[in-house]
Amino acid sequence: MPRWAMVIDIDKCTGCQACVLACKAENNIPAVSREESARGRSISWMRILHEVEGEYPDVRLRFIPRPCMHCDNPPCTKVCPVMATYKDRDGIVAQIYPRCIGCRFCMAACPYTVKYFNWHTYEMPNLQQRMHNPDVSVRTKGVVEKCTFCHHRLQRAHDEARRQGRPLEAGSYTTACSQTCPTGAIRFGDLDDRDSEVARLAKSPRAFRLLAELGTQPKVIYLTERDRHAT
Amino acid sequence: MRPDAPTLELDLALINPIVKTSRTFFIAAAFLLLVILWANLAYRSQLVEGLGVTGLNQPVSWGFYITNFVFFIGISHAGTLISAILRIAQAEWRRPITRMAEVITVVVLFLGAVNIIFDLGRPDRALNVIYWGRYQSPLLWDVTSITTYLTASTIYLYLPLIPDVAILRDRVSRFNWLYRILALGWRGTERQEKVLQRAIAIMAIVVIPVAVSVHSVVSFVFSMTLQPMWHSTIFGPYFVVGAIFSGIAALIIAMVVVRKVYHLEAYMKPIHFNYLSLLLLIMSLLWFYFTFAEYLTGYYGGEPEEMKVFWAKLTGDFAPFFWSMVLCNFFIPVLILSFRRTRTILGALLASSTVVIGMWIERFIIIVPTLSHPRLPHAAAIYLPSLVEWAMFAGSIATFILLYMVFTKLFPIISLWEIQEGREVGLRHMEERVRAYLPSTPTPSSQV
Repeated sequence: MPRWAMVIDIDKCTGCQACVLACKAENNIPAVSREESARGRSISWMRILHEVEGEYPDVRLRFIPRPCMHCDNPPCTKVCPVMATYKDRDGIVAQIYPRCIGCRFCMAACPYTVKYFNWHTYEMPNLQQRMHNPDVSVRTKGVVEKCTFCHHRLQRAHDEARRQGRPLEAGSYTTACSQTCPTGAIRFGDLDDRDSEVARLAKSPRAFRLLAELGTQPKVIYLTERDRHAT
Repeated sequence: MRPDAPTLELDLALINPIVKTSRTFFIAAAFLLLVILWANLAYRSQLVEGLGVTGLNQPVSWGFYITNFVFFIGISHAGTLISAILRIAQAEWRRPITRMAEVITVVVLFLGAVNIIFDLGRPDRALNVIYWGRYQSPLLWDVTSITTYLTASTIYLYLPLIPDVAILRDRVSRFNWLYRILALGWRGTERQEKVLQRAIAIMAIVVIPVAVSVHSVVSFVFSMTLQPMWHSTIFGPYFVVGAIFSGIAALIIAMVVVRKVYHLEAYMKPIHFNYLSLLLLIMSLLWFYFTFAEYLTGYYGGEPEEMKVFWAKLTGDFAPFFWSMVLCNFFIPVLILSFRRTRTILGALLASSTVVIGMWIERFIIIVPTLSHPRLPHAAAIYLPSLVEWAMFAGSIATFILLYMVFTKLFPIISLWEIQEGREVGLRHMEERVRAYLPSTPTPSSQV
């Protein structure tokens, strides 16, 4: 069974937000009005975090694309009272929207703040409605949602493999964000396949995981910047 | 405790509130109903539009409702726990207090549970907790513990009510059918009395560990996560101490009001308030000790994520809340209750009022600052409760007061038969007990 994982090279990220938009289009994420957004109600499964290090004149700004970490030891699934969020057989932390009671315990427990709540029934603008991805269910008000590693694409890859009577191949699917990233900063693949790009990158000395000290074992691995001043 | 005991007439004042109802009662009830109606409209809008009508957001996804839930469940420790401990300790001064405390528990516990429903994004799916319940989630521990406590404390309220209901059945014509059913054919025979005493004694013991478990698992909702200033091992006992603390304060307030409204000065004397005030004082010191230990440990370790929340509370956005909490829960009550001159009924009322406010702030200050300071960089988050949340808060309190008022109109708010028992049996027992403590006086024959 593959262990789907993502490697994000911070050195290559330009903060262009293409991954954020690709994710929204792919996963039918509603646009939220300006006022609601100012109140902290926007939904963005993929978000570019800004980290400022140091003080002027010695400042460094870093962009950190942040999807769900799909932890191997997820703090969010433990606390869900109804198993509406759980780690599925592909190792992906999934959400069951029709079962979620909206208690938001998973939101409180996630150290990466990747969970989003549907505060209203969000109305899709006409244009967006016509672009609906039929593979992804839309969410009702009152439930929690988050990045699924484009799970519907994996399901399609599973179906395809079954139809052709072959096992699921490594690299048979990728997420929308990784597909879209113009600098190739986001790589996606099977961590257990030693020949895969993500497995190779994960072993890089530049590799680190966000809040690794919490023991959540994220399957999103970051690569730090290279030292540009070294000669 | 036999209903036909000759001294019954002495305590008939306790039935007065049931027989006579003043106009003030109806005015107050109408006002409370208005507040409840307001809360109903507010909840309706929340049901239609979603939780967006609250001030909640990302990352502050828990606010007033969860604060109220923890606060109400805390107050619920007033009753059953205090009453059970006093009963087991055979504190004779408990007699006019126990019922008043037990009613608080049952009513407020129900409201605490209801506040969790308010907080759900999909209240229509609340029963999924039973269909799909996972015991790994602390929320399931809450559901289990709170329903057990609600059941146990309702039984514990009902049992000592039976002999009083029998008195009402024989004397009051209004709602006689209700009293007839609830009295369960009580005649006060020796056997019935024995069974009842035994049942009360068993429930008094059963209810204590259940009560302790309730606020422990409420705290576990927070402390089982990895979040800064939630993930703390002392949260269980800290919450239990806070719960008993706010419970005693609520009890004192209820006593002062009931005493004044129903002219029961003869039953609730300064000495009762003095004893309860001393208990409140002890709990205040204990609360301060726990708070001090909790914050010092966090501060000394200096873990950066903890420090973000720590300073937000002590000097940052939440400082006004934090320091008013310390003032309300420690400085004011300790100052008032330490001295005999100020430890009066009025003093107890003042101290209790600040404690109730302070404990509400404590719950708030535990929940919100942690959520508004997530570990990863995040846009500054503020949480301001909306009018809907205020309405629900006011509605909850109004419901509490109304249900409490209605109870006093149906049943004696002071246990009639237990006062009677005190007059007869209690006095004798006390004397026997004190004799048992003393060295036995040597009889002439044993001296050689």
